[in-house]
Amino acid sequence: MSNLFDLLVAGLATGAIYALVAVGFTLLWQTSQTINFAQGEFVMLPAFLMLAAMHAGAPFWLAIILGILLSMILLGLGFKMLLVDPMMRHGVLPLAIATMALAIGIKEAVKQFFSAEASPFPSIVPTGDIYILGHAVSLQSIGVLVVAIVAVFGLTTLLNRTSLGHQMQAAAQNPTVARIIGVPVERMILLTFLINAFLVALASLLITPIYLAKFSSGEVLGQAAFVAAIVGGFNQVRGAIAGGLLIGVLDNLAAAYVSTQYRAAVPMIFLIVVILFRPQGLLGRAEERTV
Amino acid sequence: MSSFAKPLKIALGLIVIAGLIVIPMNFNRYGLFILSQWAVMTIAAMGLNLTLGYAGQVSLAQGAFVGIGAYASAIMTSHGWPLPAAIVVAVVLAFAVGWVLGYPALRVQHHYLAFVTLAFSTLAFLVFRNESWLTGGIYGISNIPRPHFFGIATNKPLPFYYVCLGSLAIVSVAVWWLIRSPWGRAFMALRENPLRAQSLGIDTRRYTLMAFAIGSALGGVAGALYAPLTQYIDPVPFNLSLSLDLLMMVIVGGAGFYFGPFLGAMIAVLLPEWLRFTEGYYLMLYAIAVMGLLIWSPTGILGILDRYMAARRTKAASALRAVAKSRLETAQ
Repeated sequence: MSNLFDLLVAGLATGAIYALVAVGFTLLWQTSQTINFAQGEFVMLPAFLMLAAMHAGAPFWLAIILGILLSMILLGLGFKMLLVDPMMRHGVLPLAIATMALAIGIKEAVKQFFSAEASPFPSIVPTGDIYILGHAVSLQSIGVLVVAIVAVFGLTTLLNRTSLGHQMQAAAQNPTVARIIGVPVERMILLTFLINAFLVALASLLITPIYLAKFSSGEVLGQAAFVAAIVGGFNQVRGAIAGGLLIGVLDNLAAAYVSTQYRAAVPMIFLIVVILFRPQGLLGRAEERTV
Repeated sequence: MSSFAKPLKIALGLIVIAGLIVIPMNFNRYGLFILSQWAVMTIAAMGLNLTLGYAGQVSLAQGAFVGIGAYASAIMTSHGWPLPAAIVVAVVLAFAVGWVLGYPALRVQHHYLAFVTLAFSTLAFLVFRNESWLTGGIYGISNIPRPHFFGIATNKPLPFYYVCLGSLAIVSVAVWWLIRSPWGRAFMALRENPLRAQSLGIDTRRYTLMAFAIGSALGGVAGALYAPLTQYIDPVPFNLSLSLDLLMMVIVGGAGFYFGPFLGAMIAVLLPEWLRFTEGYYLMLYAIAVMGLLIWSPTGILGILDRYMAARRTKAASALRAVAKSRLETAQ
């Protein structure tokens, strides 16, 4: 039985990955009203792109770079141009269904062209433990947490401190006004798709060494990211971060203190409660109702 | 519509029904299984089409209701109850749970509702898997008996196919009647504009709950037939992906069109069989086909037909107008 401290560290580490995935999810929603049901598969795929590069003989660092680049081309540019752009005018629901089909497509493609078996994946962080306050904490957890925090910090700095970030926020909040004051809205939307692709590739790099590379691993992750994004606040980047960490910790605590069988139920019940009593999310702002 | 269209439609309908009765007589065991599966999934999709297509409430939980119906039917028939009694219980149970699931829909809409129902779907799956005393847990329930009707055993695939087809027929008539009743009109008013519906005096609260409950009840019917069809159930077929599949069936066929679920279920159940020659690639091709279709026509296959008919009617109308205009001018 692990104690509370270990549970919290492990929870924060998985939560940080959920946060990365959830942030991308909220960015897509804010800029283009895209609910990406394939977000979990978006995290699964880059690991396989990196594995494929390694099988072709590339060293690990090169495979990482190639994987991230390919992910930005396929899951950023390709996703936007081939699926989201043609479907945008049709409204939220058909696009959401199309991303469900995309999830099936990605899963099957990996299963068919790569492997139906789980493959090991090298870790960017050395394995081993360090001791903090007398507790053994795995370096992997620390590494994941640090990389995720740096990425999220970088993103929030970009959004809040730079003119590019302000333009992105303007494009997300009010495209019409943004266009009038000269913000290249289309380019900003493309940028959010590229950022999402980068974040999922990063999450893939961090999480795959822990859970192995498997074609079906996106399902659970995607669901966790949805929950995180909604619990925190669908329309807030910081909400998604808080939601990610919260769900990660909650999930680990539930496994230890509720029951391993019903651990998946705890975040779901939490989700239902939050949606019913605070639909805008814990940190979100309410969206106006349109009649 | 021109005057001969209606008899033509009726004739076409009768031919299809006769075909569904006669042609499968020569099918092998597997073909009959697939066709029975189509009938069962069509019932579930019709339920979701009521909730989503007619009442406009997004639900990602229809698969869970199929599961509830399947477990109710499996548990009862294994204990010696007749299937019709099990179907009644499955319907009542799914209706009640669906009614409760409708409450969140009174508070939240669209994507939020989608996520509430998605969470419900996960919870139902966990209950199926973990409550072994009732559901057999991961080992599931096997040797689910098929019913006897008037002394006729339906153990063989062909008689049971007729059970499924007959149930589909009954449900189809009931839904046809429902969507033409004031209820159906109220559902559609709810879909088009909830606030306007309310201002017209429609009790939106009651109809929202009803849309969920009736749609879910049909999911229960489908599940109650699914259990004796496969004769073995475990939690896996009723996970979230069944809900997503059913949603895709409704949208691909054409949400809000009466025949949408028939087509959508046909594509989802039969297309993989036709694409079997492509071996492992069929789901990939299916996914690409769905995306392509939605880009081309977000209202599904029947949406294409609908637009074509509308265009023809406009054309015919403007042709008539042109003729009338020229006649008027010559008369002057």
